[in-house]
Parts: sequence; structure tokens; C-alpha cells
Amino acid sequence: MIWVISSVLIWLVLWALNIRLSRQPKSKVTTLLVPTVFGITVLVLWEGMVRGFDISPVLLPGPSSIAFRFASSLPILWTDFVQTFVKGALSGYVIGCGAAFITAVAVDRSPFLQRGVLPIGNFVAALPIVGMAPILVMWFGFDWQSKAAVVVVMVFFPMLVNTVEGLKASDHMQRDLMQTYGASYWQSLLKLRLPAAMPFIFNGLKICTTLALIGAIVAEFFGSPIRGMGFRISTEVGRLALDMVWAEIAVAALAGSVFYGSVAAVEKLVTFWHPSQRV
Amino acid sequence: MRKSFVPISAVVLAIVVIWYLAAIALNSAWAYDRAKRADNPLSFSQLVSDTWSQEKPRLPVPHQIASEIYKTTVLQRVTSKRSLVWHGWITLSATLLGFGLGTGLGIVLAVGIVHSRAMDMSVMPWVIASQTVPILAVAPMIIVVLNAIGVSGLLPKAIISMYLSFFPVVVGMVKGLRAPDAMQMDQMRTWNTGRATVFWKLRLPSSMPYLFTSLKIAMAASLVGAIVGELPTGAVAGLGARLLAGSYYGQTIQIWSALISAAALAAVLVALIGLAQNITLRKMGMLR
Repeated sequence: MIWVISSVLIWLVLWALNIRLSRQPKSKVTTLLVPTVFGITVLVLWEGMVRGFDISPVLLPGPSSIAFRFASSLPILWTDFVQTFVKGALSGYVIGCGAAFITAVAVDRSPFLQRGVLPIGNFVAALPIVGMAPILVMWFGFDWQSKAAVVVVMVFFPMLVNTVEGLKASDHMQRDLMQTYGASYWQSLLKLRLPAAMPFIFNGLKICTTLALIGAIVAEFFGSPIRGMGFRISTEVGRLALDMVWAEIAVAALAGSVFYGSVAAVEKLVTFWHPSQRV
Repeated sequence: MRKSFVPISAVVLAIVVIWYLAAIALNSAWAYDRAKRADNPLSFSQLVSDTWSQEKPRLPVPHQIASEIYKTTVLQRVTSKRSLVWHGWITLSATLLGFGLGTGLGIVLAVGIVHSRAMDMSVMPWVIASQTVPILAVAPMIIVVLNAIGVSGLLPKAIISMYLSFFPVVVGMVKGLRAPDAMQMDQMRTWNTGRATVFWKLRLPSSMPYLFTSLKIAMAASLVGAIVGELPTGAVAGLGARLLAGSYYGQTIQIWSALISAAALAAVLVALIGLAQNITLRKMGMLR
């Protein structure tokens, strides 16, 4: 009982601190500190509840035991990470986004194709594409190639739609100006329309980071070699070793956040001129 | 709409043609192999007809999938375990429950975030971070754990759908509830209205377009959640189970028919929300 009461007390204290902090004028310190404090309160509450109510580790392990398992099985986590993220998700992400980008530029030359492809792309982007996973695993085998293929199919359409949308973003005046300069198609594409499309393209790239990770992990549920994050999760769940599963989830969350963060950082460099990037 | 009818049907036609050609290419290896063992060389027309009618092709052609769907929907009793309608209904019910829970949670969180600065600053970053966690990866664990404490059936799947669908609703609603501009807020202040009135009369109405846009995304995500949630239960029922069973036994036609029905289900659900959006916004005079 002492665990429950003390964790609730800590939670209340930290929450009061947060309310006080958020009343301060907004600065870099408070915008970073407030969510951090909130995260800590959640962890404390979780640990306290698990210990206080004596919840079996088979149902929900506490953060401390997850952290312990994480630290003690780094080699396994690293091979899983390389197999799923580097080989499966990252290669699929590059191929899929690259192919979608090239398709979008090609489609953009013909208004007829644009009108045909855009609604279909929008439609397909809303479909449960993960379902393609068993078929692609059948086609490309159990190793990372099939995972990359699932990722390619998953990221292709969101990326295509965003890029096509972005290539239309430059306005009439700007295009007319390029015409009066006597700019060729490629010149106006490289100097005007692609830069103008960058906010949309990066929007697509950011959406695709999460999709890529999901695709690679779910594809492993349908068959995989004996390493990989999806494989580890499904087998460790079977063995009721939930601390390992949570450690694997922590890796996935970490990888996903870093992936997203690095794409967002590149976006900041490329689209520094866009209103949403100005502070 | 009428202007884009010809281009869309042209693209669809192109996809179907490519599909049939790809089926010849992908299935030819098996056809040649069989012909070699039977010792009679295949003519081209025989090859084509064979690749389009194999029992377990690498890529089934559209008419095979269509006939399989017809067989498993119209020709089966709805309550039969072989009926796609039955499996579709199981997935649909989990989807709708999860969608409802997710939308509710999303709206409540958004209202809290808009009205409390502390909540905005502490919860919002975590809502965004929560989506970099590939939740679908956690699906098997949620199912197993909830099963262990005696919750099984519809609810575990719905919880996964909920997790996937609350995020677009939170983000959209926060944006929507903040959509009224300073002028409108000032106007409310000159009338000395309370926060509740501002919410009901100004914030909520102006958030409607944002709400419907995010509901469409949430519905699609919710269906994906329900399908993936069905995978670890050991292929008992639902469209996801059909996918898994099909992949165990190499029944490609079954996989594709489950996939196409899931796609059709998603399309219908999203279209229904679009319809509700049109009606609501027209009644509110926001659609011109």
C-alpha cells in the first residue's frame, strides 16, 4: 500500500509543479521540462501501481524491470534492430519514397494522368495495405527482402499523393514569371516547383517514417528468420516474457522517434523559408 | 467529377491490364514446370489460359478473386464460417467499437488540451510521441495480456483500433477548436460569455470540418487495427484471420479476396463519413 500512496503523492506534487511551470512565460526550458516531468510522473505511477498492487510480471512488468532487461540483452536487441529497421524498414523506405517521387514527377507532366492517378492514389492510401504482407512474404521469401517490399507498398501511395499535391503548390504568377524568363521544363521544375513542393514532400516523408516501421514489424508476423523485432515480439509473447517484449517496444519507439526527428531536422534545413518553420 | 471520370477509368483499366499480364509472368514458372513433367510443350494460348486459372497461383487474376468473393458471400449462408460476410461483420464490429472509443477519447483529450495550458504543454508532446511507437507491434501482447485477465473477443481488438484512431482525432480537434480567430474570440468576450458558451457556440461549430477530416483517417486506421488485432488470436474469425489462414495454407485466392473485401469495407466506411460530413456541413451552412 505504501507504494501506491507514495506514487500517487509524487504524481500530485509533480503535476502541481507542471501547472506552475506552464504558467511561466514560454521558453525553451519550459517547453522541454514540462513534457519530461509529465513522462516521469507516468513512469513513477506505473512503477508504484505495479509494486503496490503486486501485479504479476506476466501481465505488466514495471519500468525498472524493463530497463533491467533492456540493459542486459543489448546484443539481441541490436541484431533485431539491424534486421528489422536497417535492412527491412530503411531500405524499403528509401526505395518506396524514391519510386513514388519519380512516379509523381512523371505523372505531373500529363494533366490527364494527374486527374486519373490522384483520386486512385488517395483511395489506395486509405486502404489497409498491411494486408498485402502475407502475399509479399510469399513472393519474396522470409528474409528482409519481403519486409522491404511490404514497406515499399505501404509508403508508396502516401508519398505519391503528397508529392503530386506539392508539385501543384507553386502559383500561377510564379510559373508565368519562369515562362517570361524562357525557362525550360527542367529549369522551372528544379528551380521553382520542386523547392515549392518541399513542405508537402517532407510531410509525406514524415508520415512514411511511422508506416515503414509498422510495415517491417507486422510483415515479420507472417514469417521471418529467427531474428527481427516482430519475430521477437511474437515469440516472447508466447513465452510470456513480457519484459523482453516491452524492451523491444522501447527499441521500436526509440528508433521511430529518432527516425522521425531526423527527417524533421532535415526538413528544417531545406524548408527554412516556410512560415511554419519561422519562430 | 465528370471531368475526371475518363482519366480515372483509364488508369483503372491500365491497372487491370498490367495485373493480367503480371499474372502470366508470375505464374508461368509453375505452368512450365507442370508441362515439362507431363511432357507436352505448352503453346502460348495454353500458357495464358493455364496461368489465369491455377488453383494456387502466385498472383490470382481479378476474375478468380471476383468468383471467390461471389462464392463466399452470395452462395454461403451468412452465419456459416465459410462466409466472408460473417468474417467481415466480426472485423467491422471491432472496427466500429474501436472507432467510437477512439473518437470519444480523442475529443475529450482535445477539449482538455485546448482549455488547460498545463495539459497542452505536458500531454501534447506525448500524444505525438505515442504515434512513433509502432502500436501494431504491441497488438499481440495486448491480446494475450487481456486474454490472461479474462477479457477476450471483441474488446482487445477494439482497444488496438482505439489506440490507432484517437491520434488523428486529437490532432484534428485541437486544430479545429483553436480555429476561431482572435476577432471572433474578442466578440464573444465583449458579450461576456463564459467558457462553456464559447465552447458550445463558437469552438465546437467551427471545429466540424476538421473533425470530419480526421474521422475519415481515424476510420481507416481503426480498420487496420482490427485486422492486425485478429492475427495473433490464432486465425479464428475475421478478415485478418482469413489473411493468416490463407498464408498458412498458401491459399492465395483466399488472401486476395479477404484483402479486396477489407478494401471495399474501408471505402464504404470512409464514404459514409464523407456523406455525414456533407449533410452536416450543409445544414450548418459551412459548405458552399
